[in-house]
Amino acid sequence: MISTGDSVAADVVAAEDVLLFVNAATASTGQREFHTDAADQAMSLEFLHEYMLVNYRELYAATLALGINDHNATLVIRRLLATGRHATAEQKRAEGALIARRLLVLPPPRVFRLFKALQRDGVNNRRTRAIVRDWTLALEGPAYHAVKYRSGFKAGLKHAHIDIGDGELRDFLFGPLKRKPYQTPLLESWRQAHYNSGALYRLPYTVAEGFAAKHGIDRAAFLERIGDRMTPWEKLRAGEEPPEPLDPLELASGGAKYCGPPQPWLTRLAVRILAMPLDERADRRAELTRALRNFAAHEAGALAGTWGRVTAVLDDSFSSFGSPVKRRRPLAVALACHFLLEALAAPGRYTPLWVSGRDDPLLVHPGGATPLGLRLVDALETAPERIVVVSDGWDNSPPGLAGEVLRVWRARLDPAGRVDVVHVNPVFDARALDVRALSRAVPSVGIRDAEDLVPLVELAQFAQGRVGLPELMAYLDGRVRRFLGAD
Amino acid sequence: MRIDLTGLRTGPSQVWGALRLVPLLREEPVENLRLHAIAYGDAQRSRVQITNKVSYHAYIPHGFVADWNRDTGDGEESAAFGTQIVGADGTVQGMPVHFHRRMTKKEGKRRVRFLPLHLAMEGYLALHFGGPTVAWREWSDRVIRNGLSPRTEAAYRGAVVPGLQDALRVFEIHEGQCGVLVYSADVLAAAFVVPHPDDYRELHPTLLLDMYGELVYQYALMMPAVQEFPVRLDEARIGSLAELRAAAVGQSRVWAGFDDAAIADALLEHDYTAERAYQMGDFDLMRFRPVFRPGEENHIGEAIVDGAGRIAYLKTFRLSEAQIRRGYLLELLAAHDWRLAAAAASIDTTAEGLRGRIRAAGFELMLRAKGE
Repeated sequence: MISTGDSVAADVVAAEDVLLFVNAATASTGQREFHTDAADQAMSLEFLHEYMLVNYRELYAATLALGINDHNATLVIRRLLATGRHATAEQKRAEGALIARRLLVLPPPRVFRLFKALQRDGVNNRRTRAIVRDWTLALEGPAYHAVKYRSGFKAGLKHAHIDIGDGELRDFLFGPLKRKPYQTPLLESWRQAHYNSGALYRLPYTVAEGFAAKHGIDRAAFLERIGDRMTPWEKLRAGEEPPEPLDPLELASGGAKYCGPPQPWLTRLAVRILAMPLDERADRRAELTRALRNFAAHEAGALAGTWGRVTAVLDDSFSSFGSPVKRRRPLAVALACHFLLEALAAPGRYTPLWVSGRDDPLLVHPGGATPLGLRLVDALETAPERIVVVSDGWDNSPPGLAGEVLRVWRARLDPAGRVDVVHVNPVFDARALDVRALSRAVPSVGIRDAEDLVPLVELAQFAQGRVGLPELMAYLDGRVRRFLGAD
Repeated sequence: MRIDLTGLRTGPSQVWGALRLVPLLREEPVENLRLHAIAYGDAQRSRVQITNKVSYHAYIPHGFVADWNRDTGDGEESAAFGTQIVGADGTVQGMPVHFHRRMTKKEGKRRVRFLPLHLAMEGYLALHFGGPTVAWREWSDRVIRNGLSPRTEAAYRGAVVPGLQDALRVFEIHEGQCGVLVYSADVLAAAFVVPHPDDYRELHPTLLLDMYGELVYQYALMMPAVQEFPVRLDEARIGSLAELRAAAVGQSRVWAGFDDAAIADALLEHDYTAERAYQMGDFDLMRFRPVFRPGEENHIGEAIVDGAGRIAYLKTFRLSEAQIRRGYLLELLAAHDWRLAAAAASIDTTAEGLRGRIRAAGFELMLRAKGE
């Protein structure tokens, strides 16, 4: 499905460009990072998307099958749908399948936001309408989505000219107060909530919030009564203890079950643990460690224990704090990678090295400079088969020593590449249009969730230039097939 | 007076664009003097009453409080955090003019409030503020009667210096850090020293509220990024992992000492005219100004020194060339009893030439117009 380039040089450039884009689209969410602000991030992403779309349309679409994050996936879909006229019929078919599959994995709010964006951009071709229609009509519980995401739902319907029949849902969206009573309980609750403050507690939290304000209900009383209508993330945001079944801690201890699309539970648990005060983490050490190990073992799956002797260099410097909008994200990724690598390495052959020199993974906190160079020498001294560096790449103590160490190591001590060194970077450096690399001698790949570590290490071999574009294409084809087939 | 930074050593610098921040580390913190910050809110301007007739107007976003003799057992009460000492005049927000009584004010038995840098700036502005001491014919009636009033100078707030906010935000504060040297395009912009690492941690963001000279702003805006320390490992000499480690450690050590050579020579090698603003136990709060020399680096500032002359607190302001020239001219005239001809002769020029310089410096109103 993917055509090959003409010359070798073009192949190399193409492979590099694709990897560059995948790095950016995996790591960056368009939010502020420690060193760059949100505007910088958005502008850099904008450029990369445009560049990929114009030059490598098929590869650009194929990245939907890779682990690029939801923010970038919606950007890709938006651009592909808006420029359908430049695509061939075959390209369109391939894109359509990828887009439809990816929409199913995206959380509904993102999809509705995408629909609104399409409406705003005036993208209204037959393919777009078909895709919006198929997704909307396939929704389970359309009434719930219509109530909770009313404007987005309506925008999608209107924009794609979808016929949803003459039922209640149509009245609810386009002439809501004409019909009474509604037969659907949720719609009826919504109608009653206009005058009956008791009914609003049967509505989804975000909708009920508006009615609560309208009825002037005290915030504390409202939060207490609405409790079980909140999603776990809404609960976390409202500052409450999250409930079963979706708290990673509950899930880990077996207090809850989760069945649904795969979620990055290990990274989420790491984020959750890092949000606890150090005292609490120390008190619950056994429980938390067991939880992290369980998730890591689950993620590693059949690969557990197959990576041999592994050494990890993990960044807990001040910059791993991230930013107020991505609080401690880089550190959480490092923590999750720590446990995942522990599971992947042969039993007892794993060495973690935190750059601060602290050695208790459960009590990590961001602080201090980043002496990556010296820690890399420590790592090389453990004579591992594989070194994984998890860092934002701001090697500043002294600046650039890590790159020099790796360069000399590759040039003089290990020209054959016996030790496999991979740098995974959770932060997109907007100014350089790529994740910040340590050295040209080792590949650097962007990472969002630690769960992606294994495929990213696979992908990293392409970044080193050892494997060419045909192999990359074959790899992408494989990923695309797996992605589309995994229904 | 000379600036004596004994007890402080530089740490490795951190670079952000054209700005370089060099941390100053103390082996032993000064325990019996501590500083806190007071924020004065967003008042657009403040007024400080110096004497009955003289007042100082400026944008003053914050003040410092110094506690001394802390080893007498009240350490618990005055930890670095907390602004329990805010006076009645310190917290009112939204007033168009904020009124301070004097630059330094006693706030308790062993506690004084002062306005950082404004103390030094006021010292500079008040230089020969009274005007000519002898009513020679060449000076205008106005300057004889009113002195140099009003004297004004402009400075840039830290928040508008390009990149300073980011540089301070991403700066990783070192263990035991008690100060910082801010370089803009590798020219010293400001020096800031406090007695204790905890104070530094608290006062680090106040660098953004301080004022900076014109030069600092322009260099930060226009100059390209400064060079970081270039790390190089010589691969020809490395044949084993042990040698690689030795080379890497060697480079780290060289890097840590890289800025030692550069430490603020411009600041240390000058003689300063100092005057005491406040005495607190063994410590003296001083403000100092340089011997103004056009074409050279000149810093004004304030310091708290202990009995032996060691610096416990320091804050400096880099004067712009025009400001240096103004200071220089005033000092020159004062040294010659405000006689134009004598002053001109001492710098090998004519009285008319000196008049030209006075006019160019912005002091035209001092001169009596021809034919009056």
